[in-house]
Amino acid sequence: MTYKYFPHTEEDLQAMLSTVGIDSIDALYAQIPEAIRFRDNYQLPTEMSEIEVRQLFERLGQQNKQLTCYAGYGVYDHYTPSVIPQLLQRSEFLTSYTPYQAEISQGTLHYIFEYQSMMAELTGMDISNASMYDGTTATAEAMMMAVAAGKKQNRVLVSETLNADTRKVLDTYALHHGIELVTIAEEGGVTSRKSLEALLAEGGVAGVIVQQPNAVGIIEDYSGFADACHDKKALFIMNSVAADLAVLKTPGEWGADIAVGDGQSLGIPMLWGGPYVGYMCCTEKLIRKMPGRIVGKTVDNRGQRAFVLTLQAREQHIRRQKATSNICSNQSLMALWVTVYLSLMGKQGLKEAAELSYAGAHYLCDKLLATGKFHLVYDQPFFNEFLVHYDGNMDNLFSSCRMNGILPGVRMDDGNLLMAVTEKRTKEEIMEYMKIIEGI
Amino acid sequence: MNNRLYGNLIFELSKEGRKGYSLPKNHFGNYEVPPSLRREQDAALPECDELTVVRHYTNLSNNNFGVDTGFYPLGSCTMKYNPKVDEEIAALPQFQNLHPKQPAETVKGAQALVTLLERSLCELTGLAHFTFKPYAGAHGELTGLMVIDNYHRSRGDLQRKKVIVPDSAHGTNPASAAVCGLEIIEVKSQVDGTVDVEDLQRLCSLCGDDIAAMMMTNPNTLGLFETHIPEIAKLIHDCGGLMYYDGANLNPMLGACRPGDMGFDVMHINLHKTFSTPHGGGGPGSGPVGVREGLQEFLPMVSPYHGNFGVMVRAYAYILSLGREHIKEVGPLATLNANYIKESLKDVYELPIDTVCCHEFVFDGLKDKSTGVTTMDVAKRLLDYGYHAPTIYFPLLFHESLMIEPTENESKETLDAFIAVMRKIAEEAKTDPELVKSAPHTTPIGRVDDVLAAKHPIVTYKQMVNDEN
Repeated sequence: MTYKYFPHTEEDLQAMLSTVGIDSIDALYAQIPEAIRFRDNYQLPTEMSEIEVRQLFERLGQQNKQLTCYAGYGVYDHYTPSVIPQLLQRSEFLTSYTPYQAEISQGTLHYIFEYQSMMAELTGMDISNASMYDGTTATAEAMMMAVAAGKKQNRVLVSETLNADTRKVLDTYALHHGIELVTIAEEGGVTSRKSLEALLAEGGVAGVIVQQPNAVGIIEDYSGFADACHDKKALFIMNSVAADLAVLKTPGEWGADIAVGDGQSLGIPMLWGGPYVGYMCCTEKLIRKMPGRIVGKTVDNRGQRAFVLTLQAREQHIRRQKATSNICSNQSLMALWVTVYLSLMGKQGLKEAAELSYAGAHYLCDKLLATGKFHLVYDQPFFNEFLVHYDGNMDNLFSSCRMNGILPGVRMDDGNLLMAVTEKRTKEEIMEYMKIIEGI
Repeated sequence: MNNRLYGNLIFELSKEGRKGYSLPKNHFGNYEVPPSLRREQDAALPECDELTVVRHYTNLSNNNFGVDTGFYPLGSCTMKYNPKVDEEIAALPQFQNLHPKQPAETVKGAQALVTLLERSLCELTGLAHFTFKPYAGAHGELTGLMVIDNYHRSRGDLQRKKVIVPDSAHGTNPASAAVCGLEIIEVKSQVDGTVDVEDLQRLCSLCGDDIAAMMMTNPNTLGLFETHIPEIAKLIHDCGGLMYYDGANLNPMLGACRPGDMGFDVMHINLHKTFSTPHGGGGPGSGPVGVREGLQEFLPMVSPYHGNFGVMVRAYAYILSLGREHIKEVGPLATLNANYIKESLKDVYELPIDTVCCHEFVFDGLKDKSTGVTTMDVAKRLLDYGYHAPTIYFPLLFHESLMIEPTENESKETLDAFIAVMRKIAEEAKTDPELVKSAPHTTPIGRVDDVLAAKHPIVTYKQMVNDEN
């Protein structure tokens, strides 16, 4: 039975069976009723050598097209420093599990503490949990957290300017969790303050969810939103693109109670949708309502500073159906990704990357508008992503771009195109892109 | 791992003006974020050069224990060896650089991979369709329960909100049900740890019309196969409920039995357990949900794209490497390894249910309770000997649970060495109980003050600095 992952020789098998007191491996399953025993051969390919496995995946990979990316809508083609993937392959990190045994998990516990510290800094909030699956589910968790904190109120208001994918995930959770989601209208590309106030006045609102920059890249003015929410005892929840917070006014500064979002923009590869990492930060007051793992500082019995999983009384393995969430683990390795990224980029680099993305996007936008074929859909400030209407044929635009190895953006309704630029896009690339557009 | 604490935080290595990055110059001209939209103060992130960052995280990793470090018999977590070739494949740029909203004709390889993986999982489980949207096991449970809830709603069966779980179930089961707006009822276990079918009959006749589903693992959390499973499934189906299979313990079933054939309608798989993708210190995982034919229309949108695609790539590489020949050996070898440890230790550790187990089993602490040495002490002493501890104090059925799962990858020599150490600890408990009670002694840190951490939570560097001043 030996195989590269199975060390059992025939001699081992015999010795072990004899210790167990049975005469065949099959006897290990004697308790399974014969009617449900699986005795066929699985209809699967026959075993492959490492060479064959590599070849097969390389062939699959060749059927994908790597494109120069101007698409965003929540997922951005940011730069990944070489250090990160290599450090993440340290198998002491990669092949460990949840740090239940603090004595042999200080590596994981340290970096989670660093991650929490960095995310709290970035969002301008007091505290952070140890990370969540992604930005959409983190937003859903924030929605449920608001309802749990708001006692008997089960309405949550969601701005129409929230990313539609995030909204769909919220709808799913809300349906089953008995939450009534109500949409705050959009006006001129931004959340309508009037609509918010009217809905708040109806009462019963546990939380309000907005996005910054919003689904189409607009930097919204959320002045007064937090006060309006707090007047009605609703929590103000802000979903932000993590990387942009290097520069933008933070959820903390806007008065948010909970800051959530995706950390993908912090150097995580796009990888066709995951894994990414969700972040959740909140005010100190809400710490015991927050879902997910949390790492805290303590001391060991030798007087050394140490870190440990803490406030576990909130969690499913203790509280069972009364837990604040069913979340079990975090998204630890991706939290490490973000932590190493933020350590390398630091205070200055993160800001520089954000400003480069901002400049590149505005440069591209100006060039597009100058062609006369593109118009900005909204006259609002934007960060590194913007929505334009294209007068020409969108199918032709996409096919010309694809032939030239370019992903022109995310196609939206009504002949609109959402385009994003990151620090990875050079001026040469943008000029080339313009040449193709002008040639259509 | 080493046994000296590397205690620094990256913030403590920071010096103003240092850089660990290089970016292209701005050739775009004068575009600047208007001051009114900007944050007032820069985020106080560390400022470090590249080598400092690399050394810091390398040193941190040396205070960590992984499967590559040593034996990791953490029950119910299936800590397998994570093949290196799978890592190499997942890192291929043709996967890494795909935007999730790329047009379909530019991601044919990725789509083909998902289809192939889905077909493989269907074959291995006996179910008809899978969704890969769930990001982890608990997320899969929730998704599966949503399928069940959607199914009953579609039939106008709105009162079906009760989910039956065995009293030995993992905490995520009741928590997932609560998130899904469902209510848990516990069915009793018999003395041998399996579901009490009579109690289940009672529940079915008491509230059969309200039962949405029964949720269980098989083998159960004690590592015991539920032999009455066909009867259980019939009882639930007869009263209109569906059967949910928690895939946490799927590993021993490879080569032995398929959830679909046992009568389950919906299940999740933890790809990071059964299909050997790295646990990563607690994620990312992947929790695909499978359903019987006819239920696919009820699969909900619990995440926006294609799930944790990187994890799926690794899982498929694992399946192809093993192939049909070796996949069917996984369950038997994992089961043999578990039974071998159990039989070799049951004279010194309390085995409450003395029968053949599957991939894992539970001791109720040391046999000799007179020494005062607890399961916690045994677990901590194991760390001194270079092992990760088993799962402790779960399941809740026993006071001193010690749950051991060796996986199929471990050699007889590894198991023998572990058995010898477990016996040695049992001996130490008699001759020098203090040595065990004060363990660990050789790890980077000793036992930590959990109460302090929870009573006075300090969860960020800023709080730490403020607290110290």
